[in-house]
Amino acid sequence: MLQLRQISKEFGVVKALSAVDFEIASGEVVGLIGENGAGKSTLMNILGGVHTPTSGEIFIEGNPVQIHGAKAAERLGISFVHQELNLLDNIDIAGNIFLGREPRTFGMLDQKALAEQARPILEKLDLHLDPRTSVSDLTNGQQQLVEIAKALSMEAKLLILDEPTSSLSIQESDTLLKLVSKLKTQGMAIIFISHRLTEVEQIADRVVALRDGENAGELGPGEIHHDSMISMMIGRDLSEIYPECNPVDSDKILSINNFSTQRWPFGNASFDVHAGEILGIAGLVGAGRSELAQALFGVDSSPSGDINVSGKVLERGNVKEAIASGLFLAPEDRKTSGLILGMSIRENMTLNSLDRFSNRSKIDFHSEREKANEWLQEFGVKAPTIEIPVSSLSGGNQQKVVLSKWMTLEPKVMIFDEPTRGIDMGARQEIYQAMVRLAETGCAIIMISSDMEELLGMSHRIAVMREGSLSGILNRDDFSEKAIMTLAVHQSELVGN
Amino acid sequence: MEIQKSSFFNRYRKEVCLAVILFFVAFWTIIFSRNTEASGFLQSLIESRFLSLRNLENLSRQLGMYGIFSLGMGLVIISGGIDLSVGSLMALFGTVFFFLLTGSHAWIPGMHWSFAIIVVLLFSVAVGSLHGWLIAKVRLQAFIVTLCGLLGYRGLAQTMTHDTAIGYYDAKYDIGGLEHLLNGELLGLPAAFIAFVLVSGVIFYLLHLSVFGRYLLALGRNEQAARYSGVNTVFIMGLAYVACTLLTAISALFFARYSSDVTPSIHGNFFELYAIAGAVLGGCSLRGGEGTVVGIILGTTVLLVLQNMVNLLGYDSSFSKVITALVILGGVLVDRFEIWKLLARSKTS
Repeated sequence: MLQLRQISKEFGVVKALSAVDFEIASGEVVGLIGENGAGKSTLMNILGGVHTPTSGEIFIEGNPVQIHGAKAAERLGISFVHQELNLLDNIDIAGNIFLGREPRTFGMLDQKALAEQARPILEKLDLHLDPRTSVSDLTNGQQQLVEIAKALSMEAKLLILDEPTSSLSIQESDTLLKLVSKLKTQGMAIIFISHRLTEVEQIADRVVALRDGENAGELGPGEIHHDSMISMMIGRDLSEIYPECNPVDSDKILSINNFSTQRWPFGNASFDVHAGEILGIAGLVGAGRSELAQALFGVDSSPSGDINVSGKVLERGNVKEAIASGLFLAPEDRKTSGLILGMSIRENMTLNSLDRFSNRSKIDFHSEREKANEWLQEFGVKAPTIEIPVSSLSGGNQQKVVLSKWMTLEPKVMIFDEPTRGIDMGARQEIYQAMVRLAETGCAIIMISSDMEELLGMSHRIAVMREGSLSGILNRDDFSEKAIMTLAVHQSELVGN
Repeated sequence: MEIQKSSFFNRYRKEVCLAVILFFVAFWTIIFSRNTEASGFLQSLIESRFLSLRNLENLSRQLGMYGIFSLGMGLVIISGGIDLSVGSLMALFGTVFFFLLTGSHAWIPGMHWSFAIIVVLLFSVAVGSLHGWLIAKVRLQAFIVTLCGLLGYRGLAQTMTHDTAIGYYDAKYDIGGLEHLLNGELLGLPAAFIAFVLVSGVIFYLLHLSVFGRYLLALGRNEQAARYSGVNTVFIMGLAYVACTLLTAISALFFARYSSDVTPSIHGNFFELYAIAGAVLGGCSLRGGEGTVVGIILGTTVLLVLQNMVNLLGYDSSFSKVITALVILGGVLVDRFEIWKLLARSKTS
């Protein structure tokens, strides 16, 4: 149905795609996999009409076409469901589905017709909801389905799903996957982009991998396995990525008891972390992992719980004390919490430790520059000078700046929240190595991650959270994706399936 | 990677642009206010009315008074907020100051001028703390809190004076020293200007050399990230509002003396807007996190020299508002479309 031949795309001097081939037939589900920055989004944005290719040809049903703009893509029957939800939550379901294409009578919005037209589409998706329901009342999973309903209402022939399950619970993901198979039998061509390789394995007829903007191979039916997909994506074996684990000391550095967070006031987390240990924290999105990290660091208040660093009890909700005791957090969202994008690398690196670079209240610019330059080298941040704004750095380099600003302060407890999200493999490896080096100095490390590979590859133990509470801790011998998921999901949810 | 080079011009482009504008406006005014009877062109320029001692003295006094509170406004804008109450506070502080000198209000005791100044400054710190607390801690919007101030403080001043003017010539104690302090001269420079230079120095230190300034710029750009770095954002943000009202009070003392009586219904009208205009023209962004002391000073100076030009050259004074508006709009447009880059490019090619 759709064929892309030798597609290349350059942004200035950066080559995002070079000579990529891709095709898909009606009634086929193609899994598109690749690391962040491999060119998946660029390729799909070309299909969605967001970018025009520098060179190459696009054929639909054998006819060459040009896709200029999102409207043009819609007319060609291409529908793109983005990773972030693009719904207006102050409008009802029907209004969202037909946004910009509302039925009108004498220029007035015809609410009745709107709801009636929406109903059969929702039925098709097994979404038994009143089309008049406000989107803000829906769960993430239902909102994702409304996005797909929007695509169906445009009579799409090709559906692009970009990380559709990243914010869904297991049950919701399952519903979505079933829906994908159903649409497939109805003759829809579906491109399924996901980091959750088990889902790709489950749903895809064929898998296409991209690496560094080039085709990195293809797997047909029967060849789609977890490990083969990984090695195609990264071009090497998994064992090469994760550094060897260091031994763990017996000293307890951090212990927390009956800790709850504002989001989950009745939650209960208790665990210890030893010197040199990397404790992974797994859980579904919304399980309260980041909230726990923020409450431990003190940027968020928490209703109850004790926190103890090397025998010293900390006051809850006091960032200053946490920092003074050597408990640091490299937050989940580096752009809104980790960095001040408009400020320079130097200013970002020293923002949390300015008192070390100041005499009374005056900043000692000389020593500040010296240290920032030193850290730039030490953490391998690729930047011409320390004076450029961090907004001009790549994701990996930005993350290195975040890490450098905390890891150089001799942390006793370092919490990493999604340390490698959106970061390419090279920078990722460097970050892993830096983490292990830090652990070797006797620091207790907590690593929150949604990346299974990373959790399994890096942690000494994995704590699993569910609804604000700790549902179990796995030792290295018991590590498996299944064991983690069992703890992460409520038992009744599994029974429900 | 030429964009990433931080040359002098790139880093201080806003200041350089403003200085150029300032130069042209001043030059224009000098030429058209030149003394036509002088011998020789150069001599006629030197004897121009713009460069006359009286005009320069007047201009520097104005700059002193406007500059002090504009710097305060600059700090608040850099923190990502706004203070609309500056003009009304100008009236309230002036009124309270004169009542303190004369003791003619039932609730306000008369006192020596030195105590009166201290009381006004303490009062301003209290008002600023209230603003800071409501905005930084209670998390009300700055626009709304200070809008209430804009209405309330002027109304309060009008109530206190029964909506008439209040002077200070029947002061209870000797005010000879006060005259020297607020209206005197040092080395031929008006007291307000000298106060302004001192204030500028302090604010320059605070904003560009101290930890406080770094924190203020950081929280203006991204409050959450600043908090995640352990910055006490509530305290720093609150401090910006305290500084703004304190500087307003200092300026209010000079203004009250300069106008010799305070009519609360018109005293300091629209001053908050002049301050915002000066700060924005000087390169502060209302989104916060951006701005320099030199920029704010230059922005304020440009506005005042424009006003001076209109007065000296006898342009229709109503029209001066239009000119001011166009200059501000032009300045922001130049910044928005990064026009200096075009200049730099045409120079290199």
